[in-house]
Amino acid sequence: MYPNDFRYTKEHEWIKVAGDEALVGITDFAQHQLGDIIYVELPPVGKELAVRQSISVVESVKSVSDVYAPISGQVVAVNGELAQTADLVNKDPHGKGWIVRLKIKDKKEIDGLLTAGDYEKFLEGLEH
Amino acid sequence: MKKTLFNELHKKLGGKMIEFCGWEMPVEYSGIIPEHMAVRTKAGLFDVSHMGEVLVTGKQALAYVQWLTPNDAARLAPGQVQYTALMTPESTFVDDMLVYCIGPEEYFLVVNAANVAKDFAWIAGHTKGFEVKVENQSDAYSQLALQGPLAEKILQPLTDIALAGMKSFHWAKGKVVGKDCLVSRTGYTGEDGFEIYTTDPDPGVVWTTLIEKGTPLGLLPIGLGARDTLRLESKLMLYGNDISDKTTVLEADLKWIVKLQKGGFLGRPVVEKQLAEGLKRKLVGFELAAPGVARPHYPVYVKGQKVSEVASGTFSPLLKKAIGLVYLPIEATAVGAEFEIEIRTKRAKARVIPTPFYKRADKK
Repeated sequence: MYPNDFRYTKEHEWIKVAGDEALVGITDFAQHQLGDIIYVELPPVGKELAVRQSISVVESVKSVSDVYAPISGQVVAVNGELAQTADLVNKDPHGKGWIVRLKIKDKKEIDGLLTAGDYEKFLEGLEH
Repeated sequence: MKKTLFNELHKKLGGKMIEFCGWEMPVEYSGIIPEHMAVRTKAGLFDVSHMGEVLVTGKQALAYVQWLTPNDAARLAPGQVQYTALMTPESTFVDDMLVYCIGPEEYFLVVNAANVAKDFAWIAGHTKGFEVKVENQSDAYSQLALQGPLAEKILQPLTDIALAGMKSFHWAKGKVVGKDCLVSRTGYTGEDGFEIYTTDPDPGVVWTTLIEKGTPLGLLPIGLGARDTLRLESKLMLYGNDISDKTTVLEADLKWIVKLQKGGFLGRPVVEKQLAEGLKRKLVGFELAAPGVARPHYPVYVKGQKVSEVASGTFSPLLKKAIGLVYLPIEATAVGAEFEIEIRTKRAKARVIPTPFYKRADKK
């Protein structure tokens, strides 16, 4: 369920590192909690983000939720497809439902994030 | 947390359970949007057993109901139902409710789950001078709502009540899946459909049979999430959001439930005063002219001045846009008038639009 080459946060974001850049999205658990997603507010390309700064706002029918930057970096791309099809986040949260691509500022920050195994254990804890 | 007699069945169907008014209830099963659309196009089944039921009996049952409510219960024949309110002397809401006329000396009141204790205290507290008996029967009743254009087709084979002859806001007693039930052609979705009440201690088979027979026709079980989006598209009031003890019946745009010719009732002097002087504010429907969703309590501005908060607001799965209800100063309530809603940190443009947002074509 949770790809081994991703890292995760307790706020249910994931990142997938590729060279100096990283894709960021929300996890399958998060999309399931939110339910039908209807709108994803995207940041401007070029925006500098600090760790834990809000990247995006995800609106579902029943609630609204911030997405936070798991690491610091600059926004180099946003997933423009979400403007028309926000439900890609529901359908493919770890793939086509990515939200932003960041230029990584400090690779060491990634080491502090959860592995897939850590995240799954964390979720088990939430369910009990 | 209280559980309805269908609790285990919801979990078996994958219902996501939440706490609502002290009850453990399903908020969604397959998702708010598919559930919403199932009710609009096919059918949906809701467990609404958390609703409250109060029986009023006695020689002066009618006079008593007339005193507590603005609508004219004298117009009801046995077998009929009426939407009305429990009103304070200020003509604000203790609650909104349905009144079922069982007989000339017997009325069955259906009230909101959130207000059962408060309502019953109010009802029992106003019996002085009336020859009536009031009983809170909420714990004894289970209630299901079967809603949608296919509701009659699904229910008819399972009941001995002739549904084709039952008009909107009428009821009858009979068997549903072998259980003694009261069935009314009412609901909280804007669609055709039925509400099914029973005091049977083991009503699970009614739920499971409706699911079994309805599923091949497109019926889905529906949670509280879609219940809210469905009722809002049809501009059906939600106590606590759209109406409360701070809003009057006229401000809530419910003049149609006020029948002055019937005589005296609690709140009538304030209603007359507001009719004579005009309203200062009114509940209106809006659409958001920007992306996003305006949710309850978001601040509302007219010409830069904060005037109120969003009462109800959601994304309409049918209209595919953000809609809601809000109290605005009367001079700002014309259809087309623009105002602003603060969505998190930004002000978004909204405009007053006609309501209901949705009305079904074949209304009976």
